Amino acid sequence: MVGNAVFRVEGLRKSFGRNEVLGGISLDLHSAEVTVLMGANGAGKSTLVKIISGVYERGGGTMTLAGQDFAPNTPAEAIRAGVVTVHQNINDGVVADLDVATNLTLDRLSGRGAPTIFNPARVRREAKAVADRMGLAIDLKARVSDLSLADRQMVAIARALAHQPKVLILDEPTSSLSSAEADRLFALVDRLRGQGVAILYISHRMSDIRRLADRIVSMRDGIVSGAFDSKPLDYEGAVNAMLGRKIHLDRIVARSSAKAVLTVDGLRIAQGARPISITLGDGEVVAITGLVGVGKTALAETLFGVRKPFAGTMTMDGRPYAPRSAGDAIAAGVFLVAKDRATSGIVGGFNIERNISLPFLKRMSGLSVLKRRLERATARRQIEELGVVCRSEKDEMSALSGGNQQKVMVARWMAQDARLFVLDEPFQGVDISARRDIAAKLRASANGRATLLFVTEIDEALETADRILVMSEHTIVGEHRNADIDMDRLLAEVAGGPLHSAA
Amino acid sequence: MTLRDYAIRYGFIVLLFGLVAYFAISADGFVSPQSAVFIFQSVAITGVLALGVTATLVVGGFDLSIGSVATSAMMASAYVMVVLEQNAFVAVIVCLLIGAIVGLINGWLIVYMRVPDLLATLGMMFLLVGLQRIPTEGRSIATGMTMPDGSVANGKFSDAFLALGRHRFDFFIPNLIPVSVVVLLVLALLIWFFLEYTRFGRMMYAVGSNERAAELAGAPVKAYKIWAYIISGVFASIGGILLAARLGRGDIASGNNLLLDAVAAALIGYAVLGAAKPNAFGTAVGALFVGILLQGLTMMNAPYYTQDFVKGVVLVVALVFTFALSGRGRR
Repeated sequence: MVGNAVFRVEGLRKSFGRNEVLGGISLDLHSAEVTVLMGANGAGKSTLVKIISGVYERGGGTMTLAGQDFAPNTPAEAIRAGVVTVHQNINDGVVADLDVATNLTLDRLSGRGAPTIFNPARVRREAKAVADRMGLAIDLKARVSDLSLADRQMVAIARALAHQPKVLILDEPTSSLSSAEADRLFALVDRLRGQGVAILYISHRMSDIRRLADRIVSMRDGIVSGAFDSKPLDYEGAVNAMLGRKIHLDRIVARSSAKAVLTVDGLRIAQGARPISITLGDGEVVAITGLVGVGKTALAETLFGVRKPFAGTMTMDGRPYAPRSAGDAIAAGVFLVAKDRATSGIVGGFNIERNISLPFLKRMSGLSVLKRRLERATARRQIEELGVVCRSEKDEMSALSGGNQQKVMVARWMAQDARLFVLDEPFQGVDISARRDIAAKLRASANGRATLLFVTEIDEALETADRILVMSEHTIVGEHRNADIDMDRLLAEVAGGPLHSAA
Repeated sequence: MTLRDYAIRYGFIVLLFGLVAYFAISADGFVSPQSAVFIFQSVAITGVLALGVTATLVVGGFDLSIGSVATSAMMASAYVMVVLEQNAFVAVIVCLLIGAIVGLINGWLIVYMRVPDLLATLGMMFLLVGLQRIPTEGRSIATGMTMPDGSVANGKFSDAFLALGRHRFDFFIPNLIPVSVVVLLVLALLIWFFLEYTRFGRMMYAVGSNERAAELAGAPVKAYKIWAYIISGVFASIGGILLAARLGRGDIASGNNLLLDAVAAALIGYAVLGAAKPNAFGTAVGALFVGILLQGLTMMNAPYYTQDFVKGVVLVVALVFTFALSGRGRR
């Protein structure tokens, strides 16, 4: 098995500054096989892909392609050598304003030996050859901007395959596709596998993985934490290896709640998804866990009023709750610390004080004139409460570390009392000490509200929550009280296995 | 603070004082109350427009239609008084309505029709340049003019309206300060207070800096954006009223420089005190800067055609101050 690897990576290392992202990765890809690479955010998948595709320089280790040393300095070199990558962002792979034929042959329009005169007939001829080889049934004259996402994806892949690669890397190719669209992609992957291409398929979607994987490699914290190639594949083992289990620092004492704050009944957050019904109690911290792309953010946004549910009702403290905007939700006492603070939380032009006061300006002003003294006092109090490390409340956000920035985001929403406090991936890009500070603060202040966390890492749920719900395919598939948890069952639910077909 | 920080923060203020000192020495009569008032008067209209466009810059937009809103308001006020023979009050109301409606349309195009701000307001600019000439078939409006249908327009600019452009308040020296300067100062104070001290102004800055974060903090982002364009339109129409009152006629050839001067003032404002963001105080200083520069050059007998060039140079230098030196350019 090891002997016939067409592409081999050994001991690959990469650091950014003092931060080691890859700590010696070894990986073999075999022709006519689909190797699935799994890893949580920050595990180092993208870095690995970027090194292989010639975007980053490697820090150490070797790569060989068909026995030859492989060390691309640019993406173009990697492609010429036969290692082709289709990146996650579909629109990076196609030029929207050009037609399909031109897109398919785009790489032949530049570089040495390319003809100076653009010959549409020749382009179309070459494009047709590429499309036929792929079994691509798309009008070659159509503009890419008029195509569906799935069709664009096909074009991007076809374009990549015009180079007749030995190795194809697909980075989360189904993340923006519907299931019908994904089926077409799978058919294409099957076809390529049949043609002997070695495929590295990066995905979080268990349904993709079950459908395609010949082997699974799990990554965690910059190393390979598990490799699975004996049939039948051990999907739960792969998920476990990817999410890992660190040693518990604190065992929490799970509380239960009698008084319901929010009741969700028959909520459907995606077309064709099964309905969600949950109850969140006063004083309770509940974590919803699940892989990336199972609908955690969609549910968070639905609770916060920025996304409309397809069906179902919500009740807050016995009254109907149907927010139509973030403003409605905030007025009802539902606060959200949104995922990805840089794009949806931090106002870069504002200092700490102004970032904290942002949602509650109305309550901090009289006749619409801001009460600056109150604003400053609130900021100072919240900095103190959360232990934000900064010189003063006037510091720019960019001067803070990731963990402190996140503390400011949490501090913002804890400046006023919430009835339901929702945090979407609050520990992403947060160091361990800040994470423990935030978790401790959430638990200590939990009385008087319901607290709901969305986390991908099971560890984070175990460290903070009284109750853990598991999400898969846009619905809740399991519930656990955080005391003597049956980890095997929980992991099986995360992996969306037998339970999914039985339910 | 490093030397560089000082340069970013105080560079433009120092430059402003340097300029005043230079003109005081080399141009006779530059330092006098009359000269100062003249400078203020010359920047009053562009200053008002610049304050309006600042509001759109704050929400991360831009308004290129301000110059043509002002000239449209000027033509409308002349038309209302001279042709329709209405009084000053009606003329002012019509102008303000035009400004508000144009702003509303701009905002609607940008927010709901998703037309990029520069293109939407550029389109609106061309539309207004044409529209303002239709009622009189391209002629300027003055008392006694012949209308397209052969009749003669007998209305005239009311005295009350003309006073907006010509009356001067006593201030230590009799007949010193023109109404337009007072209007500028009042509006500058108003918009400064609005942007710095009210929750609406604060939220507008948040929208301009991170729209998604502002939305998730509960702000009606679309409404804020539309209001910014309405503010810009109304301010531009006030500028147009002042222009009409000063000229005493609806002159189709005037107001060509308004857009450039106002935008220059607002963008120069980014560099004042190292703000690196649109702000009312900076805009006012920027307008003053342009005014002093032009007045000084005029008094030193520099030919008129060098003025646009000098303005352009100042604008480019100010933008370098803002974006390159402070490294905070986001727009």
